[in-house]
Amino acid sequence: MTLLAVERVSSFYGDFQALFDVSISVDEGETIAIIGANGAGKSTLLRLIAGLLPTRGGEIRYDGQVVNRLPTHERVREGISLVPEGRRVFPSLSVDENLMIGAYRRRSGRWDLASVRALFPILADRGRRSAAVLSGGEQQALAIGRALMANPRLLLLDEVSLGLAPIVIAQLYAALPRIREGGTSVLLVEQNIDQALSAADRAYCLLEGRISLSGRPAGLSRAEVTRAYFGF
Amino acid sequence: MEWLNAIVQGLLLGGLYAMLATGLSLVFGVMRLVNLAHGDLGLLAAFVALVIVGTTGIGPFASLLIVVPLMMGLGYVLQRVILNRTMEGGVLSSVLVTFGLAVVLQNGLLTIFTADSRGLDVGSLETASLQITDRLIVGWLPLITLGTAVVILVALQLMLDRTQLGRALRAASDDGEAARIVGIDNRHLFGLAMAIALGTVAIGGVFLGIRTTFAPADGPALLIFAYEAVIIGGLGSLWGTLVGGIILGVSQTVGGQINPAYQILAGHLVFLAILLLRPEGLFPRPGVRQA
Amino acid sequence: MTTAAVPLARSFRVERGTTTSRITALVGLALLVMFATLPAWGSGGTMKLLVEVFTLLAMAQMWNLLAGYAGLVSIGQQAFVGVGAYGLYLFMDLGDLSPVPAIAAMAVGATVIALLTSLFAFRLRGGYFAIGTWVIAEVFRLVVSQVGALGAGTGVTIQSLVAMAPPDRLALTYWLAIGVGFGSIVVAALVVRSRLGLALRAVRDSEVSAASLGVGVTATKRMVYVIASVGCAIAGAVYYLQLLRIQPTAAFGVDWTVVMIFIVVIGGLGRIEGPIVGAIVFFALQEVLADYGSAYLVALGLVTIAIVLLAPRGLWGLIVARRPMALFAVERRLAFTRAADPDPMEAS
Repeated sequence: MTLLAVERVSSFYGDFQALFDVSISVDEGETIAIIGANGAGKSTLLRLIAGLLPTRGGEIRYDGQVVNRLPTHERVREGISLVPEGRRVFPSLSVDENLMIGAYRRRSGRWDLASVRALFPILADRGRRSAAVLSGGEQQALAIGRALMANPRLLLLDEVSLGLAPIVIAQLYAALPRIREGGTSVLLVEQNIDQALSAADRAYCLLEGRISLSGRPAGLSRAEVTRAYFGF
Repeated sequence: MEWLNAIVQGLLLGGLYAMLATGLSLVFGVMRLVNLAHGDLGLLAAFVALVIVGTTGIGPFASLLIVVPLMMGLGYVLQRVILNRTMEGGVLSSVLVTFGLAVVLQNGLLTIFTADSRGLDVGSLETASLQITDRLIVGWLPLITLGTAVVILVALQLMLDRTQLGRALRAASDDGEAARIVGIDNRHLFGLAMAIALGTVAIGGVFLGIRTTFAPADGPALLIFAYEAVIIGGLGSLWGTLVGGIILGVSQTVGGQINPAYQILAGHLVFLAILLLRPEGLFPRPGVRQA
Repeated sequence: MTTAAVPLARSFRVERGTTTSRITALVGLALLVMFATLPAWGSGGTMKLLVEVFTLLAMAQMWNLLAGYAGLVSIGQQAFVGVGAYGLYLFMDLGDLSPVPAIAAMAVGATVIALLTSLFAFRLRGGYFAIGTWVIAEVFRLVVSQVGALGAGTGVTIQSLVAMAPPDRLALTYWLAIGVGFGSIVVAALVVRSRLGLALRAVRDSEVSAASLGVGVTATKRMVYVIASVGCAIAGAVYYLQLLRIQPTAAFGVDWTVVMIFIVVIGGLGRIEGPIVGAIVFFALQEVLADYGSAYLVALGLVTIAIVLLAPRGLWGLIVARRPMALFAVERRLAFTRAADPDPMEAS
């Protein structure tokens, strides 16, 4: 069944239009990837779904309900959690406290302090350190863990691999299967095509605010993807 | 020996200033809001206490049981109905609205209570004192004031460190948008922060009313003292605010020892000196900016 | 991708004047003449009121320059009203100068004081800057209250004017007030349309971007702060030229700022037309409500809050939203001077 249906949404930053009538869907249990170059509008789309940006035109339907006007904190309660671009962990809080605040609007589910620490052992080691002193990869793990603490039905991952070394990226993506096992649907945004396509059931490509390609990764040729990604 | 006495009095006075300043510091930390009506709100609490004492006959300290919840409720409503709307408008909006609020409060109090000086009477406690040495006498009231200030600060720090609310406040103060992302309702949270702030300034206002006479025109002075304590101590640190309050208190009493007419001015001059030499304050929390 | 031939730059002029602004200038000139001749046909009471109107208008224009254009929201400009008042006393009674030279001398002093004050004030930002300016005004008040030569806590009266015949004194004060009132509008317009004004707007939009373009952000702000403060001091001096009695709590009182803010906010922040509209509203209200004392100030405060939240651009903003116009020529336009070059961007 369709968990998330984004239909013909547009988004503006002042006069600048970032998204043009974009439509995507996520079925329950799916992992969907959105790829695209810098500035294509991928983060904008995620922020829109999370409620941080207003839509102008179009509908966002989550679990059958139109949620365009629902504020971010209520979307969390409904089960949409965002792991934002740039991690955005709270520097004044320790690692443990970041996880605990992730449970502010907790829903019932399998993710709690113990299970998140099992998923990312580094978080157990660094428990009492300030989040500010973590490395990039550790912060990313923390940000994902923090979002999981709310037990989301739909996890939004924004540019998880940005600025991280390949081995670290691989470790983070290695956690995805466990997250999926729990029944969480994942919508991930990536500039790193290979990583995204290998993790996803279906993928969309965004080019300058419009969907340029969609389909199952197996069915997309390299040439098609390159064309859709770069625009030629 | 009068100098030692002056310093001790200043220390105790610092407790009062810290109480008045705590709310200002907390609200700025969480919402980056500088509330120009802060002093007038503290004074409002003193007047409310006056009315309660006058109508029910209970003592000023007992009146706190009514005044504090009342002021906290007022703070929550004020934030949600009016001040939350100034958040997007930036500095200009919040300064003008809180300034307008200060004008309304001050003149409102003036209209209702006239310009006469009032006091909150605690009977013999007002002058009761403790003999420390043969030359050093410390009043019980200032001692209780400092003690209360410390208790408030400890309680607040514990709340910030150990409770989910405290974590939420610290998170929102770090990154308002990320706070929303983890499910925090900022409008509600800001309301709570303002409620706490007004609760503490209410206690400070009532203690002030007990310690000295007060009149509607005194609001701005309270704001200025609270503000100076925060700046001297450094933004973002509750304990820094206590230190700031104490330094301000001591500056005033020592200045007053030189010449009673110089008391307030001495505090201002120390504030200006700190501003010139160490503008970030004495114990600033790293990363907190003024605007 | 194709490339089109890029045309050579067309020649152009930078223009500022518009039809509206030229009409405004003419109307302004006519008003100036009308007000200037008022002593011949108007009453003494009207002149006294107008002295108040023009000096407060000037103060409001200066506050608008500071807050609306430079983004420096000061709650301490009353410091300079007091500087104007006491400076006047200093140079007239103690320095034995006549009014205009005394005001000029005071202005020089005020410039120095403004520069020194900015050293402290500019270490603060945002809401802390606001309160900081208030603290500085309080320091001025407390210091002056200690100085015996300036009358300490009880204040002073400007004696050298008591000797002058009242009608002559009123006329002199009145003409100075007109000068100050109209002058403040001209100064504000000149600043906004100058390079300084351009820099100001860049800084207001984004300090970082402005700095990266080479705009001296602090120097820009400081210059505006000095202009606004000295302007305020001159207006204050003229006000006290009429009042004569200077008392530290009143001269350095925050009520000055309450009025400045009200006039600017209700008229329209960040536009020169704003304070003019605001002053008219303020004085109209004052005629009606002044008897109510503190309750009147409560009303002012409530209206200020309501306007900031509901109509942030003030009354002028509401007018302009319906019918866009600018009375003052402060915007720059490009006027191309060569006739119809074919535009390569359009399909031919």
